[in-house]
Amino acid sequence: MARALIHVPASAKKGDVIEIKTLISHVMETGYRIGVTGQPIPRDIIDDFVCTYNGEEVFHATLYPAIAANPYISFFTVATESGTLAFSWTDQHGATQVQTAAITVE
Amino acid sequence: MDRNRSRRQILKTAGALAGCGVLLRLSIRPAAATPEMMKDAVRSVIGKAPVKKGKVKLDLPPLVENGNSVSCTVSVESPMTADDYVKAIHVFNEKNPQPNVISVKLGPRAGRASFSTRIRLADSQTVTAIAELSDGSFWSDDIDVIVTLAACIEESMH
Repeated sequence: MARALIHVPASAKKGDVIEIKTLISHVMETGYRIGVTGQPIPRDIIDDFVCTYNGEEVFHATLYPAIAANPYISFFTVATESGTLAFSWTDQHGATQVQTAAITVE
Repeated sequence: MDRNRSRRQILKTAGALAGCGVLLRLSIRPAAATPEMMKDAVRSVIGKAPVKKGKVKLDLPPLVENGNSVSCTVSVESPMTADDYVKAIHVFNEKNPQPNVISVKLGPRAGRASFSTRIRLADSQTVTAIAELSDGSFWSDDIDVIVTLAACIEESMH
């Protein structure tokens, strides 16, 4: 779907609260703008974002057109065990993009 | 005389036509959400539960130059343990075309009840954040922002 940037610390101590930053390129067209032809530009937004940590959901966001283009979301989670963080963005048409990041927990 | 009158007539007609154009344009534009719409949206998300002020901190710049991208951080005071945590955070606005901004679901695994994003603001208005705690209580914070360049409904540049 698009290019995504994720920042997850490569390693952390068990029990640490870590910050995760995500950004995906997307127009987030609101559907309220009028194009040069006078016709409204159809809505095209990402409306769902989920982060799972070794398969368990740790963060879930529902996005509305009031989220700026190229949605940036940062949040926190507890480093519990080594494994994979999976990030998935779903747009209003149901297309999903998944990106993963590995973390080592000592 | 006659010539003058006809000129005046033409100008009047032209003015009226221009006026129609403005009206047409306005009617195409969506009506902005009202504070009442925001209240309805809040009620549809949280039901009839009472909302108390406090615990939540909504961080937005008070003066926004460009409403297309405004950094927004919400944090909630909570120990985030298995039996005392923040379940959800919702952000609402008064005057964008739609009252919802973002809804976030959290759990004890978040460790810290806080998130940041970038939002659009169509006008100077009040933005509200509401947090739902695991004990079923709701807490809120709101902030007034002044927006000099509006987002959402401006003309397309391409």
